[in-house]
Amino acid sequence: MIPANSTAVLSVQGLCKTYGQTVAVNDVSFAVNRGEIVGLVGPNGAGKTTTINMILGVLEPTAGAIRIAGVDLAKRPSEALSNTNFAAVYAPLPGNLTVEQNLRVFGMIYGVKALGARIEAVLDEFDLLRFRRQKCGVLSSGEQTRVGLAKAMLNNPQLLLLDEPTASIDPSSARDIRARIRNFAAERQGAVLWTSHNMYEVTEVCHRVLFLAQGRILLQGEPDALIREHGAATLEDLFVSVAQQSLEAEA
Amino acid sequence: MNPSRVAAIVLRQIYLYRGSPVRLLPMIAWVTIDIVLWGFITRYLNTVTGARFNFVPAILGAVLLWDFLTRVMQGVTTAFFEDVWSRNFLNIFATPLKVSEYLSGLVITAIGTSLVGLLAMLVLASGLFGLSFVSYGLALIPFVLVLFLTGIALGVFGASIVLRLGPASEWLIWPIPSILSPFVGVFYPLSTLPRWMQAVSRLLAPSYVFEGMRAIVAGKGPAPGLLALSCGMAVGYIVLACLTFTLVYRHAIRTGLIARYSAESVG
Repeated sequence: MIPANSTAVLSVQGLCKTYGQTVAVNDVSFAVNRGEIVGLVGPNGAGKTTTINMILGVLEPTAGAIRIAGVDLAKRPSEALSNTNFAAVYAPLPGNLTVEQNLRVFGMIYGVKALGARIEAVLDEFDLLRFRRQKCGVLSSGEQTRVGLAKAMLNNPQLLLLDEPTASIDPSSARDIRARIRNFAAERQGAVLWTSHNMYEVTEVCHRVLFLAQGRILLQGEPDALIREHGAATLEDLFVSVAQQSLEAEA
Repeated sequence: MNPSRVAAIVLRQIYLYRGSPVRLLPMIAWVTIDIVLWGFITRYLNTVTGARFNFVPAILGAVLLWDFLTRVMQGVTTAFFEDVWSRNFLNIFATPLKVSEYLSGLVITAIGTSLVGLLAMLVLASGLFGLSFVSYGLALIPFVLVLFLTGIALGVFGASIVLRLGPASEWLIWPIPSILSPFVGVFYPLSTLPRWMQAVSRLLAPSYVFEGMRAIVAGKGPAPGLLALSCGMAVGYIVLACLTFTLVYRHAIRTGLIARYSAESVG
């Protein structure tokens, strides 16, 4: 459960993104609190990655406001993004630099203090010490995922955005990564926005879930409560049911 | 402007050169070929014309200075292409890094890489063919400055084109110096050109450098007013190029191009 006195690290209000006549994200509002892991789930094309890209400042919203740690992303992007970091399966770090070199470059970009010690700490935390001088391009996808997560943790972000972080890794490594993210939220009081198609994972990790379809939030709440309220057997059943209803409504 | 973030962009390039020394080869190889080729051509021309005119400072000097501009431009574009080739835009721009810091990092990288090329050219041109820049005197300073600033501007402008049109447009960028060189009059006076080409030449700051260089070789001094004008023009190019990059970047942020940058996604 989230502490009652938790405060919003990420606040999204009335977020919209349109491409011509196509509405990718439609009036989405939510918050992610300190120490909270929020799952952003939905079918392909629902607007999850579009939402994450807007929070990362690499996609300008058509309307709406995003505040990260109280800082308006549109007005002070550099300051807002210094409190953030992300890992995504589709954004591996440059394969022609070693693990350590990548961490140093991104550590400098994020202005990490005592960078050498911090690099050692994340290398150790993500079991990457033996790969430190290996070029990222020669690592397995699971190892690359761990490097991406080490980069994401480098600046001790207040807000961590994870877009399908366990998509390409084996169950054992995925379990390990889930434990680390839970630990990040619990011990460091970081806020996490997590997208995944693995409903088991979402049930296990997330304090709260946002169901997104056709760019709108259709449902939100605690995973167990949502399952009970909608009489579904699992979160996956609920997800399939909501996605189908959304498709039928669209047709 | 955060120096640490600028240094990070430069450090990434240093790591790349250190990790793969083969990357150093193009910095030296092409200028070496140019200097050797044009060195022998000028030596031959000197023997044909006797002592009436020394082609070494006029032509070999021009080749060296034009190659310097090309190296500066490619220093910026190659550093930018490293992020294109490694699909690194999302990682780079979803950070506190500002566009001005990113461009500054590219420019500092270009200064380093172009100096390597310049040094190689100077050693070859002076060692093998007796080229000396002493005869240019203090005019050499504005000459080099104009070519450097123009090279930076062309590099930033080239990066803007590739950011806007996608990785495939990289091949539009490499020939830019070759396309400009006939207008700039690297090897001949601008009066040789037809009127319409001269009109274009007058808009290009390096034209005044090569005209000034030929004036010195011919025993006249360069026109200080024209050199000042070319310096002003080169600064104007930098401003325009940075403005173009910023506008293209904003377009890429508005359309989502940065997040999904690939040849297929650019339209």
